[in-house]
Amino acid sequence: MTRYLPYLLVGVLFGFILIKAETASWYRIQEMFHFQSFHMFGILFSAIATAFVAIQIIKRLGKRKALDGQAIDIPEKPSGRISYIAGGVIFGLGWGLIGLCPGPIFALVGTGSIGAIVVLAGALHGTWLYGALKHYLPH
Amino acid sequence: MDWLYHPWPWYVAGPLIGLMVPMMLFIGNRSFGISNNLRHLCAITQPPNVDVDFFRYNWKEHAWSLVFVIGTALGGFLAGVVFANPEPVQLSQAAQDMLLSWSFTQPGALLVPDELFHTSVRNFTFLFTAGVLVGFGTRYAGGCTSGHAITGLATLQLPSLFAVLGIFAGGLFASWFLVPWMLV
Repeated sequence: MTRYLPYLLVGVLFGFILIKAETASWYRIQEMFHFQSFHMFGILFSAIATAFVAIQIIKRLGKRKALDGQAIDIPEKPSGRISYIAGGVIFGLGWGLIGLCPGPIFALVGTGSIGAIVVLAGALHGTWLYGALKHYLPH
Repeated sequence: MDWLYHPWPWYVAGPLIGLMVPMMLFIGNRSFGISNNLRHLCAITQPPNVDVDFFRYNWKEHAWSLVFVIGTALGGFLAGVVFANPEPVQLSQAAQDMLLSWSFTQPGALLVPDELFHTSVRNFTFLFTAGVLVGFGTRYAGGCTSGHAITGLATLQLPSLFAVLGIFAGGLFASWFLVPWMLV
């Protein structure tokens, strides 16, 4: 069980940040999509920049091992175009409507929001629907 | 200890979120991403007589990821309940004006608008339906804001750029046309 502890702690930190940065706020997401504040863009851009620099440092250091002894490598996403754009648009429609992407859904569920639990239930059904229809969709 | 209660500015929260990517690599060579957990939860609950092949795999290998999102919910509880911000969300003036014109009486009073999240058949139908779009879309695209916008763009992956462009196109359409149409 102790090997799961680091994931739990980093997860707690992640959920804490998401709520403190108001990324789970429907209002903040509307404000972002209407370009009325830099707040959300600042979060996204600085998160990407920080992750980029960290990845470059890891690469320069050469093959390093993770805590559990595995060599660190960055997996490539499968190539493609249609599934990424179409899936992105469908997810984006949902994000714009309810102002919650998957991370903030879990964080908001933790605050005891019944509405967030309904969103999570919907997201699970949507995921299941994709699994059932996968073979009929263009990828 | 005021900082535990107050909202965090973007230049604190953003870099910390970005550090999730190297931290997950260091802990166990994991790629940072959240929406895969929706698939794992489907795999756990799929009844044997349904048997969709997309959910037929050993989800126990991904238990670490489920532990992470359990942590995310716990973090949400700490930040949103134990150390709850007593102040309203500090929205820009432009956003407040827009929200007032959409007939919200107290924009930003709580994290999410009571008008859309309180218990009613209409609200739950809306929240569930939009949730379906999030679940379907993230799996179709193979990731969400964390896996594509942050991990994918930071590792310069072209598929993630396509996904992010799609996500923003969908979000802009929903926010500019669907939400006002639904509310006004």
